[in-house]
Amino acid sequence: MALFSKLLNKFRSGSLTSADWEEFESNLIEADLGGKLTQEIITVAKSAKPDDIESELLGALATKLSSANRALAIHPDRTTTILVVGVNGTGKTTSVAKMMKYFKDQRLAVVVAAADTFRAAAIDQIQTWGERIGVPVVVGKSEGDPASVAFDGIKRAMQERADIFIVDTAGRLHTKSGLMDELAKIRRVIEKASPIDEVLLVVDATTGQNGIAQAQLFTESVQVTGLILTKMDGSAKGGIALAIEAQTGIPVKFIGLGESADDLQLFEADSYLRGLLS
Amino acid sequence: MFDNLTAKFSSAFSSLRAKGRLKSGDIDEIANEIKAALIESDVALDVAEQFTARITERSLEKLEELNRGTNPSQAIFAIVNEELTAILGGNSRRIQMAKKPPTVIMLTGLQGAGKTSLAGKLALHLKKEGNTPLLIASDLQRPNAVTQLQTVGESIKVPVFAPEPGNGVGDPVAVAKAGVKFAEDNYHNIVIVDTAGRLGVDQELMREAIRIRDAVSPDEIFFVVDAMVGQDAVRTAQAFQEGVGFDGVVLTKLDGDARGGAALSILAKTGKPILFASTGEKVEDFDIFYPDRMASRILGMGDIQTLAEQAKRAMDGETTSRLEEKFAKGEDFTLTDFLAQLQAMKNMGSMTKMLAMLPGAGAIKKQIENFDENELVRTQAIVESMTPLERNDPKVLNGSRRARIAKGSGRQVSEVNNLVDRFSAAQKMMKQMRSGKGMPGMPGMSGMTGMPSMAGAGLPAPSHSKVAPKKKSKSGNPAKRAAEEA
Repeated sequence: MALFSKLLNKFRSGSLTSADWEEFESNLIEADLGGKLTQEIITVAKSAKPDDIESELLGALATKLSSANRALAIHPDRTTTILVVGVNGTGKTTSVAKMMKYFKDQRLAVVVAAADTFRAAAIDQIQTWGERIGVPVVVGKSEGDPASVAFDGIKRAMQERADIFIVDTAGRLHTKSGLMDELAKIRRVIEKASPIDEVLLVVDATTGQNGIAQAQLFTESVQVTGLILTKMDGSAKGGIALAIEAQTGIPVKFIGLGESADDLQLFEADSYLRGLLS
Repeated sequence: MFDNLTAKFSSAFSSLRAKGRLKSGDIDEIANEIKAALIESDVALDVAEQFTARITERSLEKLEELNRGTNPSQAIFAIVNEELTAILGGNSRRIQMAKKPPTVIMLTGLQGAGKTSLAGKLALHLKKEGNTPLLIASDLQRPNAVTQLQTVGESIKVPVFAPEPGNGVGDPVAVAKAGVKFAEDNYHNIVIVDTAGRLGVDQELMREAIRIRDAVSPDEIFFVVDAMVGQDAVRTAQAFQEGVGFDGVVLTKLDGDARGGAALSILAKTGKPILFASTGEKVEDFDIFYPDRMASRILGMGDIQTLAEQAKRAMDGETTSRLEEKFAKGEDFTLTDFLAQLQAMKNMGSMTKMLAMLPGAGAIKKQIENFDENELVRTQAIVESMTPLERNDPKVLNGSRRARIAKGSGRQVSEVNNLVDRFSAAQKMMKQMRSGKGMPGMPGMSGMTGMPSMAGAGLPAPSHSKVAPKKKSKSGNPAKRAAEEA
């Protein structure tokens, strides 16, 4: 928390200059909080008492977090279905692989459907992960209908009485209405067999303010229930997640921290917020 | 693309226009609005500040002069446009070819930036320019990156050098080196080395990229960056610049609503130009990056140049000259010709994408987004269900013929009627146009009625330059032509 502690020290000694405030502003903007959220946080900081500034700032950031339940909606009596969606290149397939491992480690039976029939070799990628982790992957034809792959997947998951069924979908830009309709169809088709419990939107920590539009438009078509914030092992602080939570109320559920199957953690608000100020 | 930035610029300028005579306070006000718009578009704070400071400075300098002119806000707009073009890279540049082939291009960037897809697009682009590219699969990290590159290579018929299966197996440095040797031996004049995505902070992988670089001594290293990236882009770009280094930037996923502001920051901070932009999911969705055109787009001035080039590429010469001839002779434009045009329009790619390039596209953004691409397909189905006689002489279309066509194309009779009606109207207008009265409307485009510029852009066929040679007119836009004639 280099920046933050510098600010704190100066604040306590009363030697805070306008240049320090500018640096603080610049750092919040660099964390991808966006202009509006940044101004709100600065206002709080400026009116804070020197002794309370740390807790006031963390508190101000915390009020921007979603109040929705962050726990995964795991259903005890039937197959829990998780639909994984997002724009291209955010790490959906890798996140699905990590979730396979996460649930398998909890001794839950997992089935995955490779409904990314668009990207060249996406099916191979998820199959390779399935073999490594030991989770069955239902595949269809390349360039086939993703909804039918998802349907075959849920059928098989129910037949095998799997605890968890995860659907990996093709990356798509949220502005392509045709592709968003395809996603809505995948959702409808699965729901004919079994309810969907979680729709997780994968957002890359390096994403800028466009992340808000992503969350809004994906929610319009498939009712997103949570975020997976990936690539948090890089230099990006992932402030866009807070901006998304503040704007849409969709909570982050998982954090991705690397390329191996173990690099997935449940979201912890405190360490995330402290990270933003570091 | 850059839509939000565009929207904010235009609202800032329309409030300025309303003022007429400008005071220095007005300039500060618009500078602040521009700065806020840039920050919301992921432009780095200091870059946004420098940019707006330059705008303010230049505008204040000229304030007297501006206010003497007829349209001061227009003049400030021009300043913003110039500065934006400058920051976007001044003039675009082409790939530096090696004196002795093969020219080696190395792609680097973060995971998920779109390197592998881009490798295919770049290869196809180079192939179309008459080169013999070779793709080298040096991303041995990501599961099945090699297979992905092979699939892409197959689809564009460009060979892929992939001796290692990947998935963590094999030495990317050795593969890159052997690939360049293979290219030399097999007369490929360009190689594109696809490398694994890596984080700017990952020292080990950065060293690997440096080893690949040193093994193949690339003529061009491109930093591939996603248009949706946020503020971290600058840090990452700088880490790559200090690490492996790069000569140019390629922007991907520009077809979304990303504001792309981070790209501005990267350019401002690294001084490297953007060479290419990738604008869609298909392997053809790739273009040279033109800073001036992008500036126009950001400011909502449209991108007519790109549109015109695409139209030219899509229409094969034969169809064009046949139509021109017909037109010159005063023959009727028939449904057969119309079908050829529909085909050409489909060749041009996504209608929504083309529409977005029109000037003022921001104002009809919703309409563009709601445009149903299938409308073209349905219209085509109806025309294709007609006999040649019917296509060439729609007057023969009686009730039973129309019912048959509706059945054959799986549409309603009312849709057939609608198309025929609009086509006849267009035919009539075509005749009028020959006598210099205006451009025809666009039959079969019910979703887009009321779009002023549609006709000129949507009907590329009777090439504007030759349509009415006697009138020495160059413009297909009636308003513009009127101005030319005046």
